[in-house]
Amino acid sequence: MIEQLQQLRKTVREQLGKLNKLDEVNALRVNALGRKGEITRLLRGLKDLEAEERIHAGKAANLIKEELEQNFEQQITNIKKRLLEEKIKAETIDVTLPGFPPPKGSKHPLSQISEEICDIFMGFGFKVAEGPEIELDYYNFEALNFPADHPTRDMQDSFYIDEKHLLRTHTSPVQVRVMEKMAPELPVKIIVPGRVYRKDDDATHSPMFHQIEGLLIDSHITFANLKGVLMMFAYQIFNKNVKVRYRPSFFPFTEPSAEMDISCVNCEGKGCRVCSDTGWLEILGAGMVHPQVLKAGGYDPEKVTGFAFGMGIERIAMLKYGINDLRLFFDNDRRFLQQF
Amino acid sequence: MGVSVNWLKQYVDFDYSAPELAEALTMAGIAAEAVDNAYGDQIIELDLTPNRGDCLGVINLAREVAALLGKTVKLPDVPLKENKEHINDYISIDIAVPDLCPRYTARVIKNCAIKESPGWMQAALSSAGVRPVNNIVDVTNYVMLETNQPLHAFDYDLIPGSKQILVRTAHEGERMVTLDGTERELSDSMLLITDGERPVALAGIMGGVNTEIGPNTVNVLLESANFNNICIRKTSRALSLRSDSSARFEKGVDVNGAVYALNRAAALMQELSGGEVVGGVADLYPGIVKPAVINLRTDRVNYVLGGSLSETEIIACLKGLEFKIEQNGSDYLVTVPTYRPDLLIEEDLIEEVARLHGYENLPSALPEGVCAPGGLDAYQKFQRQLKNLMSGQMSEVVNYSFVNPALADQMLWSENNPLREVIALANPLSEDYAVMRTSLVPGLLKNIAGNLSRQIENLSFFEMGAVFEPGLGTLAEEVYKMVGAVCGQRESNWRPDKSELDFFHLKGLLEGMFRKIGLTDCRFSAKTAEGFHPGRTASIQVNNVEIGVIGEIHPVVQDNFGIKHKVCVFELDVALLFQYSASKYLKEKITKYPVVERDIAFILPMSVAAGDVLELIPLLGGKLIKEVTLFDVFTGNPVPEGRKSVALRLKLWSDEKTLTEQEVKSVMEQVIAEMANRLGAELR
Repeated sequence: MIEQLQQLRKTVREQLGKLNKLDEVNALRVNALGRKGEITRLLRGLKDLEAEERIHAGKAANLIKEELEQNFEQQITNIKKRLLEEKIKAETIDVTLPGFPPPKGSKHPLSQISEEICDIFMGFGFKVAEGPEIELDYYNFEALNFPADHPTRDMQDSFYIDEKHLLRTHTSPVQVRVMEKMAPELPVKIIVPGRVYRKDDDATHSPMFHQIEGLLIDSHITFANLKGVLMMFAYQIFNKNVKVRYRPSFFPFTEPSAEMDISCVNCEGKGCRVCSDTGWLEILGAGMVHPQVLKAGGYDPEKVTGFAFGMGIERIAMLKYGINDLRLFFDNDRRFLQQF
Repeated sequence: MGVSVNWLKQYVDFDYSAPELAEALTMAGIAAEAVDNAYGDQIIELDLTPNRGDCLGVINLAREVAALLGKTVKLPDVPLKENKEHINDYISIDIAVPDLCPRYTARVIKNCAIKESPGWMQAALSSAGVRPVNNIVDVTNYVMLETNQPLHAFDYDLIPGSKQILVRTAHEGERMVTLDGTERELSDSMLLITDGERPVALAGIMGGVNTEIGPNTVNVLLESANFNNICIRKTSRALSLRSDSSARFEKGVDVNGAVYALNRAAALMQELSGGEVVGGVADLYPGIVKPAVINLRTDRVNYVLGGSLSETEIIACLKGLEFKIEQNGSDYLVTVPTYRPDLLIEEDLIEEVARLHGYENLPSALPEGVCAPGGLDAYQKFQRQLKNLMSGQMSEVVNYSFVNPALADQMLWSENNPLREVIALANPLSEDYAVMRTSLVPGLLKNIAGNLSRQIENLSFFEMGAVFEPGLGTLAEEVYKMVGAVCGQRESNWRPDKSELDFFHLKGLLEGMFRKIGLTDCRFSAKTAEGFHPGRTASIQVNNVEIGVIGEIHPVVQDNFGIKHKVCVFELDVALLFQYSASKYLKEKITKYPVVERDIAFILPMSVAAGDVLELIPLLGGKLIKEVTLFDVFTGNPVPEGRKSVALRLKLWSDEKTLTEQEVKSVMEQVIAEMANRLGAELR
């Protein structure tokens, strides 16, 4: 009996060693160890043995059974491991193939700059205000201290709809519109982005472009405040190393008026093509709100003061993004748009 | 405008190099753009602001330099020798319209020898870009450049017998030939210098050819006058005729400087032509203009500037400009010479102080006071959110707000389509920019066509901006819209499963956006709209209000724009979107109980819209059907002709308990029954 068991053990282990498929292993297992398998069949002969021999053979049979079970488990584990290795090997991809392109969306560079500028001033406590693009001559010019038929209007050659209406030439009319609404409340602290229109069309002028206007009126706002706030702005929109200077200028709706220059972002002030070798770039116009404008907005110029400023969004975008052709903004070529 | 450094040095001494001077002027508000070397001289190119027309005269610019550098200006000597005769025996002057001609002064210079002017004068003129002509004409130009007072010389002998100058407006349709040889038809708002009958000059702009100084001229009538700036500007514009003279009058010329310039020119003519100056000045100056006197509070200067300038510093700035200053209690009365008409109020003087002190020398400080919260209002935030959402999927474009009216034809808009009710510009740049847009769609179609023509394909664009509609009570209603368009295929990749950017792609994109802005209960229903494919267009509605439209562009429109592929477009009203979008809150409980999934397919008549099925089913089964997904639609064998198969996946659950098989079964039976009842559907 024991010999037969030993023989069985030997045969099964030999066969098992040759198998490399899970179903064959399972079939052999059923054949050897199953309820109707070889061992069961041999053990049926136990009853014919002497008591002592029976005990002996029974123990041996159990040991062999346990051992074989372990052998089967081991073989299954080995085969599974090998199969997994094979599968993984077969699944190798060319990781250098391109990724699938995501939807190619982009925000227009002018929107991005406009939002960035608004965000900076919102951080200073400014609110965003807006106004109509078809504007009354009154708000665009008269209330801003541009006399009728005055040559100062030539600075901003306009598109007219009729005698009273035009496409706004700047975002400044929103100054008076907001003041009218708010007076006598203080402070008036707004930033106004928007489209503006001037009758110009050449390499450096587009008949439609974008401006951002700012206005801060309070009981005592000074020219020093204008310098301070706009300098902080320049540091944030460009960088801390940028140099800032203010020069006198002229706008009918501010007095004193100023122009803010920054050191050239291209050559850091050494002089280059971008700054016409001056080392400086003009980026915004500003000034103390003219008493006539305060009056038009419903404020007493003896009781409040304020500053206003305005800048071209295209200009800032060109400087920040290194764009040298204004037309690109309105050409809407996807190759351009998707770089931002 | 270019100014010669050598010329400037005739009136003020300075050691600055030309670039140093240019820098100093720039920082004082007289922007110097460049320094050029020419004619053995240095020319500073100035870009003057409109309020500083005075600096078109070299002497006035010298005054600026003197104020900046602490120098004094020396005016040229006028060594005029008059003869014993009197001007009144030579000419009589009348002004019919004193409003338009506040002052007219004249002299007569006899027996002039016409020849070339000397080299120094020719060089000076050339430095300013003025072409030398002859000694008489050159003197008028030279003195104009020097003093900013335009002058004109007439050939005295070509003024007929009565020897009269009458300043009057033109008769409508009156004609004259100006010095440039052009015959001009005049209107009654234009100002003329006449000899009593015929025009001899277009006042302040250009002389007439009939009294031109020529080689045979002997006697000269020299005019130094002042004309209304608006009148000159309008005439100059109407005739498209600008001159150095008109440019100066437009900006304003000092009425009190007329006689100085007249005498200076007469003296030079005497010197250069050997002429004889007739005694006396003809001077008609009915309303004398007095210098402005402005009250200045020194504490106000510091209040506005936020500075701490001493009284002495403030006064020194103004004295440097040769302004007369008198103490007036604790204030000062500042008398501003009439060559500075830009200074009218205290703030103007504060600017003068600030710019001479130097903006860079003034302090810089952040404002003090109550902190006000800044930021965006809810609608502005919403617009930003929209732009952020869309720009993740599509490229934002920016198009001009004015368009060609012919786009309406390209779009197939019929004559009574309200989109044809445009607001037109009175003075457009060209037909391409002649009317305000009423839709953003044509702009996007042009963008797509433009990109395709450059072999840039698979396009996905959006724009946000105003359209302009005729308003009620106002001229225009500006309606903020958002438009998107797709054309081509999903961005190509190396797998074969490409798909077209079609109606459903765009619709899905919109639905995704709607979900993110909390816009639920949005219906798409078939509609027709001009310019769109009649069978592939939907109205987008919330609460029965149309908030926009989505559809495929009509093949003819596509063709009109030169687009070869299918284009799908949506246009939404941003304010309505905002109105119906909800603030975010948790709308649905997350159930703790098992979700039961059932797939079911129906055969439906073709006429039944999928939307009807998707709307009906959630209403059935006692609200246990929480989700319905349509996962397959097909027609053809084995589905009978005129019918379609629609397959749905339903998800059922209760928030209160686990559903039993029986409950699910009864819900499904109700679905089948109602689908048959209401929509004529049979189970497949």
